[in-house]
Amino acid sequence: MGCIELMDYEILLSDISFKEGREFIRRNFKDVHEVEPGYKLFDVYLIGIPPIVIGVENDHVIFPYVKPCHGTFVLKIEDRR
Amino acid sequence: MNKKALLLLGCPEVPVQTGIALYLASRLKNAGMDVLVAGTDAALELLKVSDTEGHYVDAEKMMNIDKSIESLAEKRMEFDFCFVFVHNDAGISYLATIQSMSKAKLFAIIFGHDAESLAGQIDCNCEKLVARTVHNPIPLKKKIDARIREVKRWAVSN
Repeated sequence: MGCIELMDYEILLSDISFKEGREFIRRNFKDVHEVEPGYKLFDVYLIGIPPIVIGVENDHVIFPYVKPCHGTFVLKIEDRR
Repeated sequence: MNKKALLLLGCPEVPVQTGIALYLASRLKNAGMDVLVAGTDAALELLKVSDTEGHYVDAEKMMNIDKSIESLAEKRMEFDFCFVFVHNDAGISYLATIQSMSKAKLFAIIFGHDAESLAGQIDCNCEKLVARTVHNPIPLKKKIDARIREVKRWAVSN
């Protein structure tokens, strides 16, 4: 997972399609933002089918993270900025 | 100046990918294009081992898939043609990402057990080359051969 792997992340969902991840974030978080593919979050450029949905909850960011061999994860990472 | 083509490989778990990537790279290179291949470390190692002498893809023209996305997002790299290999849901995500970030003419090379289903889920602006094949490269090769003449013409166009 690149440098994300070194961060303190929580996997909320795995083994899902990208669209399932998007719906999960929309359903479960009130504060959501839409970004385009290639949006830089932490040290990665987000991969996905537009719109990519990012959730914010307290000091955490919730976002889809796509890997070629493992599909889509929904990750939750603390970001005080 | 030569036209530039990017081949973006998916997970190498489907055997047909490596052979087709080398075949396509060879055809594009012979058509006069500069070809760069991006993929996971394993996908690139398969190419290097299969093409030890670098006849089809130069080792220095291979790039980690994350680095290629970074370079495209930061506009440090652009292509005239991009061929994205798709055999799973992640492949569709990468295809949509390339379509969003690049002005390249985009081709989706769709294969594997779920090829038709995956092709049906793709609604971005690209040309789809679809074959439900896992081990046998010939169905995909035929699709490529049917398009390569036009690609060769594009390679020398302004």
